[in-house]
Amino acid sequence: MRVNSYKLQKAGDFWAMFFSHRMGRTGFLIFCFFIFLALFAPILRTVPPEISGSADRILTGPDGISWLGTDDLARDVWSQVIFGSRVSLIIGFVTAIITVFTGTLVGLVAGFKGGIVDEILMRIVDFFMMLPHLPLMIVLAAVMGASIWNIVIVISIVSWPSTARLVRSQVLSLKERPFVEAIRCLGANDITMMMSEILPNVFPVMFAQGVLMVTETIYAESVLSFLGLGDPTTISWGTMLHFCFESGAMARSPWWVFPPIVCIVSLIISFSFLGTAVTDILTPGYKEKMGY
Amino acid sequence: MNIKFVARKILASFLTLLAITFVNFAIFRMVPGDPIRMMFKDPRVSIEDIEAMKVKYGLDKPMMGQYINYMKNLAKGELGISFWQKKPVGKVIAERIPRTLGLIGLSLFLAVVIGTILGAVAGWKGGSKTDSAIMGISMTLYSVPSFAFGILLMLAFAYHFAIFPLGGIETPASGFTGIRKIFDIARHMVLPSFSIVLWYIGQYILITRSSMKDVLSQPYIVTARAKGVRERRILTRHALRNAFLPLITITGVNIAFMTGGIIEAETVFSWPGLGRLFYDAVMKRDYPLLQGCFLVFAVAVVILNFAVDLLYTRIDPRVRINGEAVNEG
Repeated sequence: MRVNSYKLQKAGDFWAMFFSHRMGRTGFLIFCFFIFLALFAPILRTVPPEISGSADRILTGPDGISWLGTDDLARDVWSQVIFGSRVSLIIGFVTAIITVFTGTLVGLVAGFKGGIVDEILMRIVDFFMMLPHLPLMIVLAAVMGASIWNIVIVISIVSWPSTARLVRSQVLSLKERPFVEAIRCLGANDITMMMSEILPNVFPVMFAQGVLMVTETIYAESVLSFLGLGDPTTISWGTMLHFCFESGAMARSPWWVFPPIVCIVSLIISFSFLGTAVTDILTPGYKEKMGY
Repeated sequence: MNIKFVARKILASFLTLLAITFVNFAIFRMVPGDPIRMMFKDPRVSIEDIEAMKVKYGLDKPMMGQYINYMKNLAKGELGISFWQKKPVGKVIAERIPRTLGLIGLSLFLAVVIGTILGAVAGWKGGSKTDSAIMGISMTLYSVPSFAFGILLMLAFAYHFAIFPLGGIETPASGFTGIRKIFDIARHMVLPSFSIVLWYIGQYILITRSSMKDVLSQPYIVTARAKGVRERRILTRHALRNAFLPLITITGVNIAFMTGGIIEAETVFSWPGLGRLFYDAVMKRDYPLLQGCFLVFAVAVVILNFAVDLLYTRIDPRVRINGEAVNEG
């Protein structure tokens, strides 16, 4: 199992390089902050997010009871923000896993099989990439009804093709390499070759693509929720902005508008940083340049 | 060769359009509830009348028959009746199209101009402080959704400093005509188009920067330098022209994404175009209108992509780059 020990060594290097990459470090810190908020939301909250306060607490500014003030139903903004991080992270990760898995599967089969299978799969991919993304998501969400899982499905349907295309191009170059040829000569069947030789070499691309998918999903979720297609029973940053926008109290209550915007933007930026760091590290030659 | 290419593109676009009509038809069969019941919410309408309506609208036929009906109506330009506006969907959409086109045109123009300039500067000064500052800014801009830009711009420049209007397309009951009317509309366009542009320029900066860096390492730039051509002239005459080509491709790819920015910005600023109509259709659960809007967006994207493809073959980079490198400097 020499191959495996080699890979382990590579993984150790990976993390060392990652933490010496400034963007990687910054992104990771912001990400950890949101994970902390999401995990400890029930402890960090002041009042449960969905509980309306008394009428005299409507749209009050930040004070000792509500650290970030209240909304037009006298609900606590701080609690909504910390529980909102759960929604963004869960939707982000679940969708990224689904899209990367589906995209990899399609890309792997298309690239490896080639011929008519490839042709058909790629035409489907092209078709999906051609459709205007947000309108398609909106229409699907409007028809399927608003729930967290429907949002995950909707974003997945729209996002898997880019991964498929990327993985396919990787597979096309990989399957011509000598080590694949070698194992073919040893009599391995297609499944073995795909799973044991090609797939491990596609992992770096999948990882980078997964990080990218998380940013795109968080982005898409916030837009869909802002447009009123979010799950009405679960408060996310996008739904907060939707209610704020629809209430018409946006200018009077900066404590209600700014926190969700700041959170959406910083979470997306943190993943963009992570993505840049990962891509840099995986670029051939980076290791040598940095002296590892 | 070229004709073959164009013919293949036309065929591909046509098949895509056909597939889009089918998707558009199929998605809306998933709508919960009965379309006839949605049209007549009155419970006093009898079962017999409803059955008669079903036959009249062809809803008693199987899926395939319904699809053929849908295509026949589509060919006649009939997109159904809007639940909310009680007017033909085609009419409602048609009056919105020019306003959205105006917004797209302005945003695209500004994004290309600002993005290219910043990207070219970043690529030209590769590795400098200016470069990393521009890169940092464009990455941040790229992480902010258009609707968030819209909200921030609105709070800053319409509420706090009341320079621009809060939304809409013109000052209500102003009675402006001629040049004053145009000026008024332009003032209303500034904030929505910037909320699209700010998100959009990030991409243009990144693309121009990388293609600029690429171009700068080409032999013809080295040659020009060796010949003693002034730096400024190298930038404008040699580098920028060639760095410009990938922008056309990226614009084509981006058209599909632009629809998102349009919907977000128009919603925030109540710009009465297609994007806002899309939002209103969602809010009112006006399915025929939503279906029509989606069709228009999808068809527009396909046609624009086709146009960009053709444009790109017209200015085939290989031919041009060689020609220019030989003739100039």
